[in-house]
Amino acid sequence: MNRYPRWLNWLVLFVILAGSLLALPNIYGVDAGVHVTRPDANPLQESTLGQIETILDEEEIGFVSAVLEDDAGLVRFANEADQQRANALLRERMPNHIVALTLVPRTPGWLAALGFEPMNLGLDLRGGVHFLYQVDLDTAVQQFLGTYEASLRTQLREAGIRNRVQVEGDTLLVPIIDGGDLDEVERMIRGLDEAGALQLVDRLIVDRVNFDEGSGFRVQLADTLLRERQDFAIQQNTTTLRNRVNELGVAEPVVQRQGLDRILIQLPGVQDPAQAERILGATATLEFRLVDTENNAYDAQERGRAPLGSELYQDTGSLPVLLRREVIVTGDQITDATSGYDQGQPAVFVNLDSSGANRMLDTTSQNLGRPMAVLFIEETPELVERNGEQIIETVSDETVINQATIQGVFSSRFRITGLTPFEAQDLALLLRAGALATPIFKIEERTIGPSLGQDNINQGRLAIIVGFLAVVAFMAVYYRIFGLVANLALFANLVLIVALLSLLQAALTLPGIAGIVLTVGMAVDANVLIFERIREELRNGNSPQASIRAGYEKAFSTIADANITTLIAATVLFTLGTGPIKGFAVTLGLGIMTSMFTSIIGTRAVVNLIYGGRHQVQRLAIGGNV
Amino acid sequence: MPLFNKTPDFNFMGPRRQATGLSVILIVASLAALGFRGLNFGVEFTGGVLLEVGYETAVDLESVRGVLAEEGYENPSVQFFGAATDVLVRLPPVTDAEEGANLGEQAFVALQARDPAVELRRVEFVGPQVGEDLREQGGLAMLFALIMIFAYVMLRFRWKFAAGAIAALVHDVLITLGFFSVTGLTFDLSVLAALLAVIGYSLNDTIVIFDRIRENFRLIRRGSAVNIINTSINQTLARTVITGITTLLVLVALLLLGGNTVYGFSVALIAGVLIGTYSSIYVASSAALALDVSPTDLVPPKREEADEMP
Repeated sequence: MNRYPRWLNWLVLFVILAGSLLALPNIYGVDAGVHVTRPDANPLQESTLGQIETILDEEEIGFVSAVLEDDAGLVRFANEADQQRANALLRERMPNHIVALTLVPRTPGWLAALGFEPMNLGLDLRGGVHFLYQVDLDTAVQQFLGTYEASLRTQLREAGIRNRVQVEGDTLLVPIIDGGDLDEVERMIRGLDEAGALQLVDRLIVDRVNFDEGSGFRVQLADTLLRERQDFAIQQNTTTLRNRVNELGVAEPVVQRQGLDRILIQLPGVQDPAQAERILGATATLEFRLVDTENNAYDAQERGRAPLGSELYQDTGSLPVLLRREVIVTGDQITDATSGYDQGQPAVFVNLDSSGANRMLDTTSQNLGRPMAVLFIEETPELVERNGEQIIETVSDETVINQATIQGVFSSRFRITGLTPFEAQDLALLLRAGALATPIFKIEERTIGPSLGQDNINQGRLAIIVGFLAVVAFMAVYYRIFGLVANLALFANLVLIVALLSLLQAALTLPGIAGIVLTVGMAVDANVLIFERIREELRNGNSPQASIRAGYEKAFSTIADANITTLIAATVLFTLGTGPIKGFAVTLGLGIMTSMFTSIIGTRAVVNLIYGGRHQVQRLAIGGNV
Repeated sequence: MPLFNKTPDFNFMGPRRQATGLSVILIVASLAALGFRGLNFGVEFTGGVLLEVGYETAVDLESVRGVLAEEGYENPSVQFFGAATDVLVRLPPVTDAEEGANLGEQAFVALQARDPAVELRRVEFVGPQVGEDLREQGGLAMLFALIMIFAYVMLRFRWKFAAGAIAALVHDVLITLGFFSVTGLTFDLSVLAALLAVIGYSLNDTIVIFDRIRENFRLIRRGSAVNIINTSINQTLARTVITGITTLLVLVALLLLGGNTVYGFSVALIAGVLIGTYSSIYVASSAALALDVSPTDLVPPKREEADEMP
């Protein structure tokens, strides 16, 4: 007699049923959809949804349904052509909303209500763009030291101490001329890190050194402060990038920090990497300044030097322009920006915060009739080689995009013209999303076209089905009834892998599919080991029931050993691997664990059901003449 | 289907010296290939740009190369990718980060200008520093996996068998690498993953045999080590062959149907499974034999004490 305790049978049944339920959402497929949200993250109103329906009805674009879900409007379409048309149309008609393409699972309501979702497809399966950006932390530190430099210079000037303070790399150099009070200076330096001074911790490394100009100090950031500044720079950039991604209108984007100084961005469904990149990597900002009308710009260009108090720039037509040094308002003070048209010209409508508005009010009221200019600043990082080392240098591109005479007094709301329609759109978007605190540069990109994604899904699915059927046929022929039991376990194993992937919502990638395929081949190994053992026991003249028992028992430690070592390999892959490798490690690891359950406990339960209850078993249908 | 009606009785350990000779030749050849030819690393490792484009009709590689050369791209590698309508372009890394980042899109625009029907299927750009990181990480992963596995096998079998198992793994990895070097197949991230899967598989095989050897050392007290190992390999032969067959079945399905992206992965695993099966019979067992295994080397310490009791 071979019988499982009743609870074990129930456990097997429960796991299989739970697994089937979890895996169920995957068989319904997806609808092409369009996702509509408000840029300010407020919930979309029922009336807006009605508006969407009216627009689609007017243009006779058929849709399956339009509902409000998670504060967003979600419209499903019967095919991709309708989805694309609707997308273009809604973008045009609803300029103040974010419209994105998406895939909506067709999971029935009762499953969705239980919280069951289909597997999450990786970028290589659904198409999209993957970027890895590196944050230029050296510049972040340098910028931070720049604030110290300015603050220290002011303090020293007020104290009447002559100095040549400057930032060099990660160090602030403080040469003091003519023997100023060095102790006083040191106190000022230590006071620079206000947060640290409050907590009575010393987070600056201050060394007294001799410069050509006289004695002075070398100031560096201690590790804790350095790390704090670096973390801050990355967090701020991550936030800005997230804002920009939201502005781009992508459903289910990923923006996350990776490692010390990298930010990963995944944009499923985006098909134009160039546009995404222009927006993500841009460091564009604006400055508003008065035009210097007292001096001649052409003379300055010829001399190659701007008069005191002014700076020389070029406008979009490469003509020289002299601007006053003082900045009235910078891009940081812009609270909202939208693009549109003003008297037929592309324009960006700008809102300023209160401090910016006050400055603008003062300036415009004092300078009526004078020209004001908008300076467009774009910084691009470049990798240059110097002394055999690769360094990132930031190149600043500054252009005067617009000059206009101040016609009247204005403060918080005004418009900027002088751009092409595309530039106006991009600029408005960038101003809304905020500037990047630190330059970033792309170190990895992967773009997968939508057709390749679909091909990958189809080929992966076909490989799984054919591989599975080949193994099933082989096992059935070779091990007869026992082979069928193993096949049952193999199928249950596939269901459980899909169930776990759905539960964990880990992204399924093509290497992940390869992992599943490999698991299908290797999962039967446990059963092969058991069945060969049973055959051996039978050959040795043992009774069928005893052979079954011995076969399972003796094979167990071997199976455990063998699987644990593969699990070790999978774990190492998971911990050290990135992207595609991780996907493979996840399915391989999950597959090993589920296969242990199905092929040992699962098959035993079924074998016991078939043979276990019988008192007289003459032969086992396990193939081989035994 | 009677493949093995009764336990076979091959003298596996008989020609073990010849097998060792063969393994040594293969390893030396692999090392030589790796030294002289090296591996054809994929973009992930070298940095650079990879572009996959699809044409509507079959295209001439020379014309694609011509377009790229006209646009000033240096040393583009242009090859078909599975079909005469699919072309894979690889551009070497450039030092200027910004320029390198947009190279792929620019190259595509150039190709599109010549033939508007061309479709962008995939762009991969990997900066030089990422490639370097990945190479480091890959090597580290491999080393780390080997150490962990060695520790586990030590724990379960004592050191002589652990050494045998690791010898087999290093053997498999080296020869598979050698195979990739000789054939010039692209060695990318998925191949690296496959290599680690090979480690898992080969070890699986080795452990099944070792487990049986351990069991037989306990059962057959009189046999010589060679005889016991032979018996054990024969007893597990049916399992070794059948698991090999089922695994190869799915891998061939993946190779033929899985598309080009998993081609290298499938090839590496097929090669690895074949080599791994051979190595668990010959390399692992021969190495253990060469280290002069005895029953005490197999049985975990506690049992050993029990055995020594009068």
